Amino acid sequence: MNQSHQKEPWKRETNGGADATATTSLAVNDLSVQVATPDGPKLVVDRLSFDLPEGRTLCIAGESGSGKSMTALALMQLLPRPMARIAGGSAMLDGEDLLTLPESRMRQVRGRKIGMIFQEPMTSLNPVLSIGTQLKGAITAHGELAGRAAGARALELLDQVQIPEPRRRLEQYPHELSGGMRQRIVIAMALAQHSKILIADEPTTALDVTVQAQILALIRKLQVDHGIAVMMITHDMGVVAEMADQVLVMKHGRRVEHGSSAEVFDNPREDYTRKLLAAVPRLGEMTGTDAPKRAKGAEAAQAKAADEAPMVEVRDLTVRFDIRGGILQRPVSRVHAVEGISFTVGRGETLSLVGESGCGKSTTGKALLNLIPWQGDVKVNGRSTRGLGAKAMRPVLRDVQMIFQDPYASLDARMRVGDIVAEPLVIHGLAQGSELNERVAYLLERVGLSPDQMRRYPHEFSGGQRQRICIARALSLSPKLIVADESVAALDVSIQAQVLDLLQDIQDETGISYLFISHDMAVVEQISHRVAVMYMGRFVEMGSRRHIFENPQHSYTKKLIEAVPVADPHRPRRDFVAKAEDLPSPVHPLDYVPPQTRVRDLGGRHLVWEVEG
Amino acid sequence: MSRTVAETRASAANPSVIARLLRRPLALAGLIVICVTVLAAVFAPWLVPFDPYEQFFEGLTIEGAPLPPNAQFWFGTDLVGRDLFSRLVYGARTSLVIGVVANGIAVIIGSLIGITAGYFRGWTDTVLMRFTDLMMAFPALLLAIVLAAIFTPSLWIVAMVIAMVNWVQIARVVYTEARSLSERDFVMAERAMGAGAGRILFRHILPHLLSTIIVWATLGIATTVLLEATLSFLGIGVQPPTPSWGNIIFENQTYFTSAPWLVFIPGAAILALALAFNLVGDALRDILDPTQQGRH
Repeated sequence: MNQSHQKEPWKRETNGGADATATTSLAVNDLSVQVATPDGPKLVVDRLSFDLPEGRTLCIAGESGSGKSMTALALMQLLPRPMARIAGGSAMLDGEDLLTLPESRMRQVRGRKIGMIFQEPMTSLNPVLSIGTQLKGAITAHGELAGRAAGARALELLDQVQIPEPRRRLEQYPHELSGGMRQRIVIAMALAQHSKILIADEPTTALDVTVQAQILALIRKLQVDHGIAVMMITHDMGVVAEMADQVLVMKHGRRVEHGSSAEVFDNPREDYTRKLLAAVPRLGEMTGTDAPKRAKGAEAAQAKAADEAPMVEVRDLTVRFDIRGGILQRPVSRVHAVEGISFTVGRGETLSLVGESGCGKSTTGKALLNLIPWQGDVKVNGRSTRGLGAKAMRPVLRDVQMIFQDPYASLDARMRVGDIVAEPLVIHGLAQGSELNERVAYLLERVGLSPDQMRRYPHEFSGGQRQRICIARALSLSPKLIVADESVAALDVSIQAQVLDLLQDIQDETGISYLFISHDMAVVEQISHRVAVMYMGRFVEMGSRRHIFENPQHSYTKKLIEAVPVADPHRPRRDFVAKAEDLPSPVHPLDYVPPQTRVRDLGGRHLVWEVEG
Repeated sequence: MSRTVAETRASAANPSVIARLLRRPLALAGLIVICVTVLAAVFAPWLVPFDPYEQFFEGLTIEGAPLPPNAQFWFGTDLVGRDLFSRLVYGARTSLVIGVVANGIAVIIGSLIGITAGYFRGWTDTVLMRFTDLMMAFPALLLAIVLAAIFTPSLWIVAMVIAMVNWVQIARVVYTEARSLSERDFVMAERAMGAGAGRILFRHILPHLLSTIIVWATLGIATTVLLEATLSFLGIGVQPPTPSWGNIIFENQTYFTSAPWLVFIPGAAILALALAFNLVGDALRDILDPTQQGRH
């Protein structure tokens, strides 16, 4: 079936607003959704109107809390009741109003007329049923096909979503598949009934960039093949540019701007849209510069870095976890999380570790703080941390601190913010009484929070503020290195930009070093002095930011950079990858010997590793 | 135990926990029931209308059947003509010791073992949890009989025996939760700050376990009170004629159809006490959990 797509009609077909000829499949008018809060009812979607033209893609973009997911759930009548309810409006599909249909009729609409894809593929699949059972369930849900025919249709669907070895997949369970494969299964289930509308709620947010690129291309292809109208909800303006014919920007439940993709990106009419677009880090915007975006006196820092001994020196760091099994709980196989990496972080320098999930970047960060067992040699500020126990590690931790990905999860929800920020000082016995209070107040002010907020609890703060609390806590010991593990990944773009600026300002002021761990190439480009690209527990390429982004040598680095969605609708859309590709698994048998790599020095500390043979 | 930890934490942070507790009608009702029971137990000799051990001649009908509640004997009389009300008030002493002290010790042991095994893993985990499994598999009653037979029966021995037997379930439940809590990022963050195990266990993991512990502790009250009755029934618990709520039920259960008040009234007393602790515990949990504030 792939031959017919040689001309790749899905690649570039945006003529944006010129959709007058397309018929409307779903017309939403004045949709309002109300949510009950402790302070009384609140409108989270406020008189929203839009049309979804047949065979086109409408992207609803907005930051968290903009009401974009609520809109999708309202259309499917899947709002969490009784907390949320539809307060008014209509959504006409084939002469019926979806918002007033009784549950029995609505069940016919779900799956048959509208398919839905959610953000997290693992939670939308049932872990105890095989893929085949679930897929056949979706196919036979409305009683049209049964038995053999359903099986054949399941195979056909898996083929449509480009899953390799479809017959074997039917027997497998969700946990045996990677995130990308799971999302393909979810898409297959959404299409099982030949529905003409697909609602996708952040379908690629939980996926790695290279996988995201494949899934987006797949949705575009399915849309062209089957003439499906797609309503896609996303916070990522890059994804919007890749996918949308029309864009609807939402804020606080209201429509801010609605227009063709080209209009919205080229001539945004509203301030908010402009701000949203300006906050998106664009890959390549730093071309031709050496220092991070906001760095002051960067040359001096670099010069200093060259003179002094490095802040952190890592030699042949290897982390392997045993997987135990059987009655005796003996090791049966081994995860090769990190496989002999070496690097240094200079004083006042930001080294970014970039790679996809499971490549070992977070593990590397944790090993620096001795949070997991490791082999090799790590020197922090000249002190070897090998084999140090919790107590012996304490002085080292005054030099190295860590900020985690999810700020809410890394704060103890039962402690007041003041106590949280004071915690490291109390543990290390550095301050008490009024001195402690003053120090905490200073730290909170330093990260842009008011000291009056000391007596509040983490849940009373927004995501960005919580991350600021985490930063204040990490700064309280005046460390010389902070390991920032995906520290802005969970934040909205505008907040992300503010937090990155804060980190940069702190570096300019105190000369602190960062080990910045991220999957986001655009963010890495902004903040790094040097970048190391990780793949399967190893470095594949390391060099200055300029080396990596302007002169990438390793094929994987190139692939990563190409996969990043760019917030420019005029860029040619990417080719459809005919066969799904996946990251290989880092789990190996006990006797596995990792292949040797050879390092190639391109000069100027630009290193490329290649597997020998 | 959960309550004392909770109270010290809260009083340091916010002095008005008691005031906030009193503002909740259900918690207030629970508190009143607990206070009345405690006062009744303490001042029993001055409160009761009759001697709880005296077998009244007029306490039985001519056929020798016990009397239902009436103006003289408020809760009726038992099989040998003793005043049920007086016995209940004295029985509160035994039952409080068993339900609060013995059960409290069981909760402390169970929580400590569960939390330690859940956080430390490795050998500590294996040894502690296998021991817990062993205790779980061992018939609790048999163990109690053996222990009670070794020591001379007395109220405090019974309390100890019950504590030794009842910590197992709590250990198991706390273990599972502590284990998943230790994987959470905020515990990782504490370790990254250099916090010691004691600080992580008692300042960060334990408060999150409060709600579970409170539920199990209140459930344990009814169970332990009845376990004491079983032991008494077997002759190794509180020795008759000393009354306890459990042994009043046990002595009289065979006459349930003809003299229902003899089972119903002490049963209601156990239920009321357990419910009262549960209400106060629930309210305390909500008050102490900052993320729950504003919801009721």
